[in-house]
Amino acid sequence: MTKPLIAKEVAEKIGGQLPEAVVECNESGVLVKSDSLLQACQFLYQTDGLNFDYLVNLTGVDYLDYIEVVYHLVSMRHNHSIVIKTRCYDREQPSVPSVIDIWHGADYQEREVYDLLGIRFEGHPNMKRIFMWEGFEGYPLRRDYL
Amino acid sequence: MEIENELNISPVYSPMELDLDEGRRIEVLKAKSQEPIPDPDGWLEEELQRSVLVTTLDAALNWGRQWSCWPMFFGLACCSFEMIAGAALRFDISRFGMEIMRASPRQADLLMVTGTVTWKMAAAVKMIYDQMAEPKWVLAMGSCATSGGPFADSYSVVPGVNRILPVDVYVPGCPPRPESLYYGILMLREKIAKDSIKRS
Repeated sequence: MTKPLIAKEVAEKIGGQLPEAVVECNESGVLVKSDSLLQACQFLYQTDGLNFDYLVNLTGVDYLDYIEVVYHLVSMRHNHSIVIKTRCYDREQPSVPSVIDIWHGADYQEREVYDLLGIRFEGHPNMKRIFMWEGFEGYPLRRDYL
Repeated sequence: MEIENELNISPVYSPMELDLDEGRRIEVLKAKSQEPIPDPDGWLEEELQRSVLVTTLDAALNWGRQWSCWPMFFGLACCSFEMIAGAALRFDISRFGMEIMRASPRQADLLMVTGTVTWKMAAAVKMIYDQMAEPKWVLAMGSCATSGGPFADSYSVVPGVNRILPVDVYVPGCPPRPESLYYGILMLREKIAKDSIKRS
């Protein structure tokens, strides 16, 4: 079975390479700043011993004060997993860097989060709606929709 | 920034902007479909009002139509699995003489709408219905196709497929068992038997 890594140890590894990237970490995962998300993901992808080569799931959660993007990562090589999160506090123009250059599987999932929560993924080559049709008003999975 | 990737595949995106056109078509369809289409009720007319001249022809035609429904090979959501189970050998739809599901709407005359119809899919369902040759019938299977079901107030679901198509038979259930579907089909046969070519 895939072994979930202890978030604190992974957070220390990220902090050693990228100081100020990690905001907090608890048993649910590592929260990183959205500015340094791309560097943190690249670090997790490349570093020996971590090698997170597979993005299982990418999703978004609306907490009213902020919108959170959650990344579930797995290493096929070492058979371990970690959860990375990032937050955007701007509800009008939320944006997070796209991880599509690291994991191509993020393509449709980032479009889904954009479609339902309205977070723009900067650097995504095809950032448009995927479930709802073009011209649909609003972002239906937000708490303040309806 | 340069990212080392072992696969080094760049995704291919079409330069053609199809989504805008699709979105426009869906908006038009949604605006047009705010009221339910009345169910076809011509078959409810009294026997006496029928013309004597076409009655025998009606009887012959309806007998033929009644026993040769060719369903469209078409499923939308979880109800389709009941339809598939109904078509498979345990329940065996071929007992009723209609086991051949056609993959082309031009060869089918019964559209079973099995499951939730979203507004994005509604345009495709309407297109399939329009491509079918007359005479054609529509069977709405399950709560979602009948009335929208639990998603009736949703932002993306058509509240009943009778917004976009005239429905002949509604089969309730969530999902209906294959027996219910058969019962709906048998009801449809009774309806076909009472129809007249004057109205089609």
